[in-house]
Amino acid sequence: MIVADRKSLEEILSMVKDYKNILVLGCKGCVTVCNVGGVKEVEILASALRIARQKDENDITIETKVIERQCDNEYVAQIKDIVGNYEAVVSMACGVGPQFLSEAYREQKFYPAVNTTFFGGAVAHGIWEERCAGCGTCIIHDFDGLCPVARCAKSLLHGPCGGSSKGKCEIAKETICIWDSIVLKKMEQGRLNDLLKVKPVKDWRTARDGGPRRSIREELTK
Amino acid sequence: MRLSYPSEIKIIQVPCTGRVDILHLLNAIEHGADGVYVAGCLEGECHYLTGNIKTRKKVNYVKKVLQEIGVEPERVEMFNLSSAMGLRFAEIAREMSEKIKALGPTPVKKKKAA
Repeated sequence: MIVADRKSLEEILSMVKDYKNILVLGCKGCVTVCNVGGVKEVEILASALRIARQKDENDITIETKVIERQCDNEYVAQIKDIVGNYEAVVSMACGVGPQFLSEAYREQKFYPAVNTTFFGGAVAHGIWEERCAGCGTCIIHDFDGLCPVARCAKSLLHGPCGGSSKGKCEIAKETICIWDSIVLKKMEQGRLNDLLKVKPVKDWRTARDGGPRRSIREELTK
Repeated sequence: MRLSYPSEIKIIQVPCTGRVDILHLLNAIEHGADGVYVAGCLEGECHYLTGNIKTRKKVNYVKKVLQEIGVEPERVEMFNLSSAMGLRFAEIAREMSEKIKALGPTPVKKKKAA
């Protein structure tokens, strides 16, 4: 899923400082699963913003709503009757949400309440880690399902660098050296020689280097 | 024992402090409470194992939110005591009440309609 972190309340407050009537819009997709922009988080943000504004004797009216997904126009359309009732809308979805909203409702102003961080999963309750870089040409089968593009600090494809020590990466003590894990797994399976195979150069044109990407599935298009 | 504690304290009963949510605490502050505290069981003695420990984390989260928006985080607290500690209950109520009085009324006030 897409993982995000809520922006600081200070930053969100400064975004909405000129408004007195806003909507905080959540998303039931990835940001609900990573506990940053679902039903509960929307209510918490709304309450915190109200408290802050009441404290400054500058009351604000905040309504809340959570839609199925902000990355699908059919769900974005569900707010068409109410979107005009507010001076601004704060979106708690990933970076995709405010963009779909901005494109659908040209007359309204949309602000992001979260920083979208990475594609990953929960390794423990309350802890998420990056697992995919969305590079567009997946090669993790060459590395026993472990991705050196996303998980090596240098995205090295041919083995660990000198910063690998006792299974950890030099960038942070909690970051594992993914190359250590890849080699260890290959050794456990007795397939270390796989890593000696010469492979074609990875195609980076499908990554962000090739500009904004698009995916078309003919059988689904109308 | 017929112990007394400050009359300004309103008690809201829950089956376990684990039921107390971040939103309950924020709503209390938002709607003008000068302070709010959670009285949970002693750590390690939760009937549901970790209800009180989880809520301590929620209380700390609310403190962080209040700090961030410039409201004294001391207005929200968590205490641990058993149901057999009536004396301590009254003592905590007085402690909290005095602390809130020292902090003064909440800065969170709805503007009165003109």
